Amino acid sequence: MWDNIALLGMAPIFILQLLLNGLLIGAIFALVAYGLALVWGVTNVKNLAQGDFVMMGGYIAVVFYHLGIHPILALPVAIVLMFIFGWIVYRLIIVRVIDRDLFTSLLATFGLALVIQQLLNLVFGPDVQTAESGFDILRFSDGQLTIAQIKLISLGLAAILAGLIVGFMRFSRMGQAIRATAQNPRAAKIMGIDTDRVYAFTFALNAAICGAAGVLISMIWVIQPFFGMAYSIRAFVIVTAAGLGNLPGVIIAGLGLGAAEQFSGFIIGAEFQQATVVGLLLAVLVYRQLQMRRQRQVVT
Amino acid sequence: MSSRALSLAGRGAILAFGVAAPFLFPNYTFQIAFLWIMILFALTWDILGGQMGYNSLGNIFFFGAGMYISAAVQIGLYYDVAQYTAAFGAVKVDFTPQQYFTGLFAGIAAAAVGSAVLAVLFGWMVFGLRGPYFAIGTLGVALAAGELVGGWDYLGGGGGISMPVFPGGPGERSLLFYFLCFIAAVATFGFLSWVYSGRFLTTINAIRDDEEKAEAMGIHTTRHKIVAWSIAAFFLGISGAVFGNMVGFIEPLEVAFPTVTFGIFMVVMSLLGGKGTLWGPVLGATLFHIVKEVSWTYLLGWQWVALGALIIVNVVFFQQGILGWARERWPARFGIVVDARLTANRGARREAAS
Repeated sequence: MWDNIALLGMAPIFILQLLLNGLLIGAIFALVAYGLALVWGVTNVKNLAQGDFVMMGGYIAVVFYHLGIHPILALPVAIVLMFIFGWIVYRLIIVRVIDRDLFTSLLATFGLALVIQQLLNLVFGPDVQTAESGFDILRFSDGQLTIAQIKLISLGLAAILAGLIVGFMRFSRMGQAIRATAQNPRAAKIMGIDTDRVYAFTFALNAAICGAAGVLISMIWVIQPFFGMAYSIRAFVIVTAAGLGNLPGVIIAGLGLGAAEQFSGFIIGAEFQQATVVGLLLAVLVYRQLQMRRQRQVVT
Repeated sequence: MSSRALSLAGRGAILAFGVAAPFLFPNYTFQIAFLWIMILFALTWDILGGQMGYNSLGNIFFFGAGMYISAAVQIGLYYDVAQYTAAFGAVKVDFTPQQYFTGLFAGIAAAAVGSAVLAVLFGWMVFGLRGPYFAIGTLGVALAAGELVGGWDYLGGGGGISMPVFPGGPGERSLLFYFLCFIAAVATFGFLSWVYSGRFLTTINAIRDDEEKAEAMGIHTTRHKIVAWSIAAFFLGISGAVFGNMVGFIEPLEVAFPTVTFGIFMVVMSLLGGKGTLWGPVLGATLFHIVKEVSWTYLLGWQWVALGALIIVNVVFFQQGILGWARERWPARFGIVVDARLTANRGARREAAS
């Protein structure tokens, strides 16, 4: 461990490399977390199947790759398919837990996560897979610093998607209805907003965002049926750290988490990378608790 | 027959079955032993989840902690743990019968106490969290524990530890561990039925129903929450120690900290039987275990999908569970008596309103 820190001190270019990798992957974490925060804020459902939606999107890209189509073209397809899937899941399950207590939604989405990951496992097998994009790797300063082009492309795509979503939420009628429902569902209902439709749309939109993130992840990393839980936990870390309805906070926390994971993976070993994410979750929760204790409130 | 005599007869019948089972069904000793462990899981989950309203998704942490504490004590009493685990069971290490049994019982005791101590430490960390944050926080503790132990070479890392070999025949071995599981489950049930008959139950029920009001009534809520969690951890620690020795080989992700399997099963079993009751978890665990054991092999890979679907259906459509449903159906049998004058008044009021 100390050797690795010393290595970082000797070759600062490594620090830059880890930081860049972390930020590029962190942008996608932020996208997933934004979807979670959206659903959480509007419907008050904590979706533990978030990461499994991401994996579903990833497998759509893998299917495209195996069919010989460039996986980047899977992006719009994944968005549409996952939107429909999200709508169906809402109609079948989420609508029945939406006004129940919080644990019900948590456990129901956990069951959903189990079903999705096992179905993926049955269809695609437990091996790690990737959708090769075939792009080049950029090299800087004699090849010491490398960036895969696809990472830059997916950063750009993630930024465009985020911009589209923000614009949609701000300017479209549906976006306004979603924000109104998040503020006060009862008042929104009185003003003639079909809140049930708004909930369904929000949940479907979240699934679409996850699907898009999954396509990007399958191109720059590997996916596996059981990796979903890790993405759910990452999304929870980011949202808990940033708070609901705080888009800049979500972006910063997402980038920070990406970088933290890369550094911990390098310094204390890749086998502890998962533990780092979970450890950060606990740290954030304890921090929130201490913060609330000062105001004599509890984290609810 | 009065209901009290009936309940005594029921308990007697279950005890008699427990004692006779390994002799009546010698081929299923392991499965029945595992049933007792499952009942213990459901009972201990229900202390927090059912009676106190704190839904933990990470109680399996204490199971794994107990398993590893007991392993470390059993080996550490006579050998150097690091050397033992580094050998991965390749070196034949002998334990004399006396060493084995001293180690086993010292290990079980240490696992129980150690898990309870861990519950106090983690209780400080997680009991300020409410609702979903509590569930996610405890899930995080259990997931992190599995990952951390997997990277800890002193305890064998991801490769696991082979437990000391039982000095005796396989028949004696399975009987011993069967009865340890049985005694652990019965002790848990007995202790809980004693605790639930007193003031403690009323207090933690008050925390479930309205924590702010309970605190305003002068109840030291944090202390009660930590005590309740320590009770659960104590018995889970015992079960972990016994189970680790029963299977003979422990490993962090699948055996010791199976968070997404047994960690969730305990929740499902309690919900299935009816949370917040003493017999509900027992009933739920028994049904769940029987259905699982019978149907598992016929589902050919679909068993986990079926399990996820079962969780969803259970939570969405049947959350009150079997006993909860029965209580709504026949309230008088559960000692819920409604004063006739109150119902008469309510009827009158309803008529007046309509």
